[in-house]
Amino acid sequence: MQTSNRTIFLSTILAMFLASGVAAGQNSGVASGYPVPKDDLTPQEQKGKGLYKRYCIGCHGLKGDGNGENAPYIDPKPRDFTLAQFKCRSTPTGTLPLDSDLISSMERGLRGSNMPSWLPLSGENRQDLLAYIKTFSPRWKTEKPGTQIAIPPEPAVTAEHLKAGQALFQKLECWKCHGTEGRGDGPSAPTLTDSKDRPIVPYDFTEGHKFKCGVTDQDLYRIFMTGLDGTPMPSFADNVKPDEAWDLVFYLRTLQPMHTKEKAIAKQIGLKPINPEAAPAAAPQQQEQQPPQQQQPPPQQQQQQQQPPRHAR
Amino acid sequence: MTSPQRSLAGGLLLAFLLSLLFVTPTKSFAIPVFARKYGLPCSACHEAWPKLNSFGQKFKDEGYQLRNEKDAPIWLRPEFWPVAMRITPHWHFESAGRTAVDSAPSGEQTVNTSGFDLTGIDILTGGTLANNISFLLVPSIDVGSGTVGFESANVRLDNLWGSPWLNFKFGKFEQDLPLSEKRMMTLSNVGGAYQLYHYVPPDDANTDEFASLGENQLGIELMGHSEDDHSRYAVSLLSSTNGTPGLPSPFGRSYDGYLHISQGFLVPHLGLQRVGAYGWAGLRSTYSLTTDTVPIPGTGRGNRSFYRAGVYGSAYIGKFDVTGVYQRAGDNVFLANMTPVNAPGSLPVGAQGPVWNTGTIEAHYTYSPQLFIIGRYELTRVSRQVLASNPSDLGNADVFTVGYRYYPFMHSRDGLAWHQEFSTINLKKLAASGKDQRTSSYFMGFDFAF
Repeated sequence: MQTSNRTIFLSTILAMFLASGVAAGQNSGVASGYPVPKDDLTPQEQKGKGLYKRYCIGCHGLKGDGNGENAPYIDPKPRDFTLAQFKCRSTPTGTLPLDSDLISSMERGLRGSNMPSWLPLSGENRQDLLAYIKTFSPRWKTEKPGTQIAIPPEPAVTAEHLKAGQALFQKLECWKCHGTEGRGDGPSAPTLTDSKDRPIVPYDFTEGHKFKCGVTDQDLYRIFMTGLDGTPMPSFADNVKPDEAWDLVFYLRTLQPMHTKEKAIAKQIGLKPINPEAAPAAAPQQQEQQPPQQQQPPPQQQQQQQQPPRHAR
Repeated sequence: MTSPQRSLAGGLLLAFLLSLLFVTPTKSFAIPVFARKYGLPCSACHEAWPKLNSFGQKFKDEGYQLRNEKDAPIWLRPEFWPVAMRITPHWHFESAGRTAVDSAPSGEQTVNTSGFDLTGIDILTGGTLANNISFLLVPSIDVGSGTVGFESANVRLDNLWGSPWLNFKFGKFEQDLPLSEKRMMTLSNVGGAYQLYHYVPPDDANTDEFASLGENQLGIELMGHSEDDHSRYAVSLLSSTNGTPGLPSPFGRSYDGYLHISQGFLVPHLGLQRVGAYGWAGLRSTYSLTTDTVPIPGTGRGNRSFYRAGVYGSAYIGKFDVTGVYQRAGDNVFLANMTPVNAPGSLPVGAQGPVWNTGTIEAHYTYSPQLFIIGRYELTRVSRQVLASNPSDLGNADVFTVGYRYYPFMHSRDGLAWHQEFSTINLKKLAASGKDQRTSSYFMGFDFAF
């Protein structure tokens, strides 16, 4: 190697060592790339801010209010973090979610929305992002997250469970939004709006196997019990007993396009779509059904949420 | 090797390298169409465009899908057209040392040139045809000749049987390389191509024109990855010569195989690290059938082999990342000397199959997604020359490249970068005088895509 080449080679190696030292000193986490700002954020929030600017700002906006430059073109609209209101939670309606709920949403992405899975980010990155997202709403400083709802063990699927689930589907008038066959085409569907009065469509069970908040039976169970805050989908925690919720889970699985054990049983027993005109065939034996529990908005949102509960009763 | 021979060999190699760099259209791409489609800023998928970050790599590996069930075109606004363009108007300065010049007292002198220029125009179209069926089509217009070529044209069936481990690509595409040349962060004539993929020793006839990892090839690829994209593999079968099907005999009748496996792992507080290995092997014919002594295309015979195989590691330390690649390469003696295997007596005296080793270290410092600094050092050492009589270090190359890119803004509609770069290559004993030959490039310009 010529002297000049050796010099270049050694300089390159030296420069790389120096750069790595500077990099390690500047940022001990996985880099967002953005410089660490000097503000009143904690170091973790600062790292999260850089990551937020890199990945999230286009949709959720600089202020976290869901008004990013792409928000006008996105449907459903990006989450407004200033409200601290989240669809996918394991906590009761109206309460703050657990950190694990939000991390789970980041990892999974939200089906049917522009929110992708951020699984390629490191766990550390996701925690940093979470820390920063929480700075957008004062609720995180004044309130504690709700208590995680309990999910009892899933019973075995039987024809009786399916029939009971179908009866519940009719009695609770799920069909008014989701349609008699779960296609999201119920008579109330065109009138539905979210908490910001923007049109929203009910879930079409026939179009896929994923739900916005997960793919498992437990995820579906959780959705009944927590509701999807900010949407017309209420919590049924006070209206439906755990066994009944499982019945409903099993019945909804018969509406989905893929082959499920529930679907096979439904075919075996010749389960037909419900007839809204008819009285429920076999009302659940549990206590009298009550109207579903509506989401309790946090105090600072109560004025914002003027419209009456829209869920059909 | 005599001085005139050395001069000729050096001249040919240098001319080849320069011509390759001059005529090759813009090599790298970032695709603003995806940013527009999904509403994500460029920085979501790119460390700094066009270099992908781990999220962007996963998006690509998923077949340009986010897998949020809104990937299919049916979700797009009807007026959306999945097309983007990229070009880089620039000013550059080139210095070719020890160029043979008739009027120079010593027969050699440094030739300096400069001027304004354009890179080739890339028309970048890609996306999904349906859920889990994606495509990429990249026509490139060479601004010098005005000719249009297809840099990429492929269809990919993604997530077959619901598994991310099974993705099938058909058409013309870039091999799954450890350092993507199509997403290269350097653009100058010297620094705009990896020696790793293009270098061949002096006198080796199996040149870049016939076998280059840096060029997109026609064929099929089976690629797979884990859900988090940490484990990846790609295996491809290629039937063309540098993406040119039916290239006249004797080259044009062979299938090449390429394999790349890698494993990434997260190190707390540092980032995603990756190690991997790759190999490419193929055959090229050494003679062909003829009609009235004119070769019949596609009738190549007497296949002989070549290979390129390497290992690499990529490390992130916060904002700093470095990738090191070691590659060993070799060409069969008949290929290297362009000698038909049915006429072995035609081999030049001292002919041998060349073997060479290349090392590449490329480092980046991402100050922010809007300021990206790059440094690269490549060295190539020929361990066995094409002719035993050649000096053992003839054609050994050292390339040093440094530069930066500044992006004045970062959003999801388009991208603009101010690019400055300096690159220099030293080729051992390739001047007519037997001395080293140094060529340098300085490049500055606006790189934009919309």
